[in-house]
Amino acid sequence: MNAHEHASHAHGDIGAHGSLKSYLVGFALSVVLTAIPFWLVMTGAIDNKQATAIVIMAFAAVQIVVHMVFFLHMNTTSEGGWSILALIFTVVLVVIVLTGSLWVMYHLNVNMMPGLHDMRQMP
Amino acid sequence: MSDSLIKFIFGRLTWESLPLHEPIVVGTFIAVALGGAALVGALTYFRLWGYLWREWFTSVDHKKIGIMYMVLGLVMLLRGFSDAIMMRLQQAIAFNGAEGYLNAHHYDQILTAHGVIMIFFVAMPFVTGLMNYVVPLQIGARDVSFPFLNNFSFWMTVGGAILVMMSLFVGEFARTGWLAYPPLSNIGYSPDVGVDYYIWALQVAGVGTTLSGINLICTIVKMRAPGMTMMRMPVFTWTSLCTNVLIVASFPVLTAVLAMLGLDRYVGTNFFTNDFGGSPMMYVNLIWIWGHPEVYILILPLFGVFSEVTSTFSGKRLFGYTSMVYATVVITILSYLVWLHHFFTMGSGASVNSFFGITTMIISIPTGAKIFNWLFTMYRGRIRFELPMMWTVAFMLTFVVGGMTGVLLAVPPADFVLHNSLFLIAHFHNVIIGGVLFGLFAGIVYWWPKAFGFKLDPFWGKVSFWCWVVGFWFAFMPLYILGLMGVTRRMRVFDDPSLQIWFVIAAFGAVLIAIGIAAFLIQIYVSIRRREELTDPTGDPWNGRTLEWSISSPPPAYNFAFTPVVRDNDAWWDMKRAGYKRPLSGFKPIHMPRNTGTGVILAGLSVALGFGLIWYMWWLAAASFIGIIATAIGHTFNYHRDFHIPASEVTQTEEARTRLLSMQG
Amino acid sequence: MSLTLTSSLAKTAGTEPVFHLENEQEHAEGGSTMLGFWIYLMSDCLIFAMLFAAYGVLGGNYAAGPAPKDLFDLQLVAVNTSMLLLSSITYGFAMLTMEKGRVAATQAWLAVTGLFGLAFIGIELYEFAHMIHEGATPQRSAFLSAFFTLVGTHGLHVTFGIIWLVTLMVQVWTRGLIAANRRRLMCLSMFWHFLDVIWIGVFTFVYLMGMLR
Repeated sequence: MNAHEHASHAHGDIGAHGSLKSYLVGFALSVVLTAIPFWLVMTGAIDNKQATAIVIMAFAAVQIVVHMVFFLHMNTTSEGGWSILALIFTVVLVVIVLTGSLWVMYHLNVNMMPGLHDMRQMP
Repeated sequence: MSDSLIKFIFGRLTWESLPLHEPIVVGTFIAVALGGAALVGALTYFRLWGYLWREWFTSVDHKKIGIMYMVLGLVMLLRGFSDAIMMRLQQAIAFNGAEGYLNAHHYDQILTAHGVIMIFFVAMPFVTGLMNYVVPLQIGARDVSFPFLNNFSFWMTVGGAILVMMSLFVGEFARTGWLAYPPLSNIGYSPDVGVDYYIWALQVAGVGTTLSGINLICTIVKMRAPGMTMMRMPVFTWTSLCTNVLIVASFPVLTAVLAMLGLDRYVGTNFFTNDFGGSPMMYVNLIWIWGHPEVYILILPLFGVFSEVTSTFSGKRLFGYTSMVYATVVITILSYLVWLHHFFTMGSGASVNSFFGITTMIISIPTGAKIFNWLFTMYRGRIRFELPMMWTVAFMLTFVVGGMTGVLLAVPPADFVLHNSLFLIAHFHNVIIGGVLFGLFAGIVYWWPKAFGFKLDPFWGKVSFWCWVVGFWFAFMPLYILGLMGVTRRMRVFDDPSLQIWFVIAAFGAVLIAIGIAAFLIQIYVSIRRREELTDPTGDPWNGRTLEWSISSPPPAYNFAFTPVVRDNDAWWDMKRAGYKRPLSGFKPIHMPRNTGTGVILAGLSVALGFGLIWYMWWLAAASFIGIIATAIGHTFNYHRDFHIPASEVTQTEEARTRLLSMQG
Repeated sequence: MSLTLTSSLAKTAGTEPVFHLENEQEHAEGGSTMLGFWIYLMSDCLIFAMLFAAYGVLGGNYAAGPAPKDLFDLQLVAVNTSMLLLSSITYGFAMLTMEKGRVAATQAWLAVTGLFGLAFIGIELYEFAHMIHEGATPQRSAFLSAFFTLVGTHGLHVTFGIIWLVTLMVQVWTRGLIAANRRRLMCLSMFWHFLDVIWIGVFTFVYLMGMLR
């Protein structure tokens, strides 16, 4: 059984390198990073809604990284670097698709949905 | 039986669902039924069912699966092309008040089916089949990373094809065009089964395609022969890697969008409706986020084919290997930044349109770089104009025109005039036929000897070639002219008699292409008859440069008796130059995966699930779904999915090849 | 098959080039599995990205119907989130005991994970039922269509994860922690944590941002 374990370690698998400490640290960080955004929104502690939105999005981004590192054991060497390459490529595409769609649909809605504008004023 | 029981069992399937009132469909059904009966009869008479099941249908061998993909593509090509000829004929005669022979209800299904079939069930299977067959051989591997998944992927693609073909005889197909834009594809305007056939056929096939993408990426990343670094891979393998990355990164988009359309139709959600806050424009946006990478999925593998063919038949190393790799990777990434050029006219405004227009023009640059690299490869080479090289030259001359019209369309103001005109139709057929199809023929002729042990007959190949090339130009150049004159796509009848001559010329071109297809089929038949004369005993009929030419034609099940060690690009060329001697002894047992019928069963259940959902036969849908889960879970309880080919058998196979090679002298 | 092996071969080869290895090691069984599953997860990520995009574009289209403020119960969502987060850590514990080869402990942690997962699904179904009872059906508006589809798809994934977990518990029970079962447990681990990552996006962009709109 040990030989198999070592073999799977040698292949640089994700998930093969967790330790109790890393899981607990990850868990604690996640709890904090979840509780604060919930508290901010439920109590309205920050006056500015836009600022609150930006803060909770930042917390979400950080917590995703925490999950990736402490739970999914993401590092630059697993699978010869292909894991993180796949992740980065996916993240880039998700950003393109999300921001692109929001940008495009915003323009389409403003230009093409009835009642929102006077056609004579369009550029 | 009571009415409600019948309704429960058959859903919305009734006797009216059979198109008995459409003589063309009835005629087609009779022909297909007779042909099908003859085929089934022959298979039974020659007792081939067991052979087919054991050796082909349940095979997890990438070579067999690759060949089956090619057969699927060829069969569906005949269907998709029949649709094309019917459209050409209708458009050539429907002038001066004549209605033609196809009513709108039928014509709209034909044009939709033509597009769906050609993209999803001809081009994709052909491309997947080539990659499946060739890539493991080129990287010195014995199979793909996940052989069972490979088999499953194939049968899911077949499942999708079955659903589309079924729509011809039971119910009807979508009448929305190949991308099924809402609101036309919403339940209000398309309440019949057509769009549902469309959705489920593509969802079933899409699962297969996505899994196949994952499979080939892992294969290329993990299973390369020792010494084959990324920058020593053959260019076809590089383009396959990028293609499969595109597949994995784009098909989920299609899955999600079709699911949302399905929810709108089945559950009454409001993603793409005109009311309750829905946005049909969102569908167009999302579907083209898939749609643009899709066309690069179709063309990139064929760019790889052209690289292999050009260097082999010029007797020279490919010029600019590094820039070819970078160009391919750049195309892969940029293909995600251009999608809006498919709907410049939907109204996103100048700033958005300019951005996407510019990115579209930029993406033409790496393709141009590739063309130059091929030309520089040919320059000062010792060019042999065998059939694959002929197809490559035809590609260069034809595809470039299509690419240029693409750059023209990338200019938003020009696109405002030309969008959805026949100019657009001419453009994409230009690049798909000139690029994908010509490349497929080049690849098929090039790798046919490897797969079957004999070359294809050159004479009929040349007949097919000239008919296709001349036919293409006759069929589509008039469409450019018509588009510039303002003629819209998907029209069934025309008012302006001065246009008719162009449609007649186009129909003539289509007839030439039909002859070209017939010549291709004859070529296959004649080659099989003459296979002893056309035999390839050495396994290297073209003096090739890459590893697939180092093994016998056809290869043994295990591909390589010993995994090769690679020192350089063009690994086989390097081996030949270094005086490589095949090892004649010391063979070891080889670890291989077992055949399995689970893929066929899962795909069959998926077809049943699709059929049940299409016809509102909820009991069938539920039972099939549970069956799929149960079969999949049951399959995971089978831990003994492999075996070893004994060393004695390997030795026998290799010794047979040694004898064959020594007879060549 | 490592490249260091071949470069050392090249150095010691002398004049005779080596084009095959006399004693090649078989590819480790399941050597591609982890990468393959990871890539599948990336494709799944894209499906969710599409659903997020639909929610982002359509999420403000209430069609004069109920809006997030009228519907979302952040306390319930907080409880749900903690169920999922706890299930993630208990799966982590299962992986630790798996690596030590302790079958019973692994099964126990897997069972706890499954229970947390079931709690998550239960709470979510309750939430959906409540909303539908109030007239906030998926058909009411584009916002609700997008909401139910995004959150529902995540819930479906969790459900499939639970079915997979039970299947694996049976397979570990019958065959122990053999290499194949370990690979499968590691894949499910990736799947499970990935679902928690998606949930971070869901509770942030759907629930919290929804209350801020």
